[in-house]
Amino acid sequence: MVIKVLGAGCANCQKVVALAQEVVTELGLEATVEKVTDMQAIMSYGVMSTPGLVIDETVVGSGGIPSKAQMKQLIQSKIG
Amino acid sequence: MANGFTVVQADPPPKVTRPKWQLWGAVIGAAIVWWVVYQQLQPLANWLTYELIGLAPESHLGEAVAFFLYDVPKILLLLAGMIFVVSTIRTFFSPEQTRALLGGKRQGVGNILAALLGVVTPFCSCSAVPLFIGFVESGIPIGVTFSFLIAAPMVNEIALVMLLGLFGWQIALLYFITGLIIAIVAGIVIGLLPNVEQGVEDFVWQMQVGSSGEPTTDLSWDSRFSQARQSTVTILQKVWFYVVIGIAVGAFIHGYIPENALANILGKNAWWSVPVAVLLGVPMYANAAGIIPVVHALMEKGASLGPVLAFMMSVVALSLPEMIILRRVLKLRLIVMFVGIVTTGIIFTGYLFNLVL
Repeated sequence: MVIKVLGAGCANCQKVVALAQEVVTELGLEATVEKVTDMQAIMSYGVMSTPGLVIDETVVGSGGIPSKAQMKQLIQSKIG
Repeated sequence: MANGFTVVQADPPPKVTRPKWQLWGAVIGAAIVWWVVYQQLQPLANWLTYELIGLAPESHLGEAVAFFLYDVPKILLLLAGMIFVVSTIRTFFSPEQTRALLGGKRQGVGNILAALLGVVTPFCSCSAVPLFIGFVESGIPIGVTFSFLIAAPMVNEIALVMLLGLFGWQIALLYFITGLIIAIVAGIVIGLLPNVEQGVEDFVWQMQVGSSGEPTTDLSWDSRFSQARQSTVTILQKVWFYVVIGIAVGAFIHGYIPENALANILGKNAWWSVPVAVLLGVPMYANAAGIIPVVHALMEKGASLGPVLAFMMSVVALSLPEMIILRRVLKLRLIVMFVGIVTTGIIFTGYLFNLVL
């Protein structure tokens, strides 16, 4: 699984990266968490409010920091 | 400002569906508690200051302390209530929907709509760049995009609550309306600039914008309220400290600076007070929460409304960090024009307030 956080280095983006990493570790998943800061790459996902969250090339949410429960649920729904 | 994370797909059905009356009961109950507490603040502050601490009512210190003890909980309560309401309203909007609503609108009508949507659409200046590209790429005129970008930070709920709590609803309304007008007019003027498209960095026009699913705004009331509660907590955590510091400085001014001390410097008769106030506001960023209590206290001491509101508008609408962010998509020439036009609008508004009030 590849989790991408879209956003050009804002404080919220860092938090989303950390949160995703935390949930991945907690669930014991084999997943990589990447930061995407290139504007063209961000726009290619059609996201207009950062941070955007992309799991396996699908945009699952944008515009803020998800709660931990939300993050967990989003990631788990992509496994099964 | 911070805003809620929106999920692209619809919410999964909640595992335990609470009965509707329970949810609305909780919200209405909270509103009643809020109201009752709010009513008790003044007597409580007086009691604390003059009875419990035992300060003399006419003393400088007594006045400053009573002012502080009343204003801090009052502003924090107002902020909590207002942010909750605004955040609930924002769950009905998303940048993607706003873009769709603005699509195909011309200059004029488009500017008015963009400024209004700027007030309710969740927006944070850190996403100004992707938003700008997303708007412009989909064919929304540059002037209309600017109306949105000016209104979104300027007419924000924190500034409005602080004005409402400290200056009363008339001034808050005046700020709301003039803020919208500046955003509309500045956007129209920018749209009329010759070759405005060339002021945008060339790479913007070559971008390939993909489409993600529409973030859903079709939520249950349950998740609307829980999202709103979440962003209320986040925003309060971010601003409470500025509010306390701002009110502390304001309380000091209130208690210690003599009446009318500032009439000559910031009063109506000092013609240069408005432009100076605007210039002072530019380097300050995102501290509307801390600045409004200070300017409120300054006004009590003889400053007039014109420079005070102009200062506030320039603090929130013209911030250096936002200019630096926008520089990535705009050439310097257009940024200078943008700042110049908005500054002119604010200065004009400042003089108008001095004239009218």
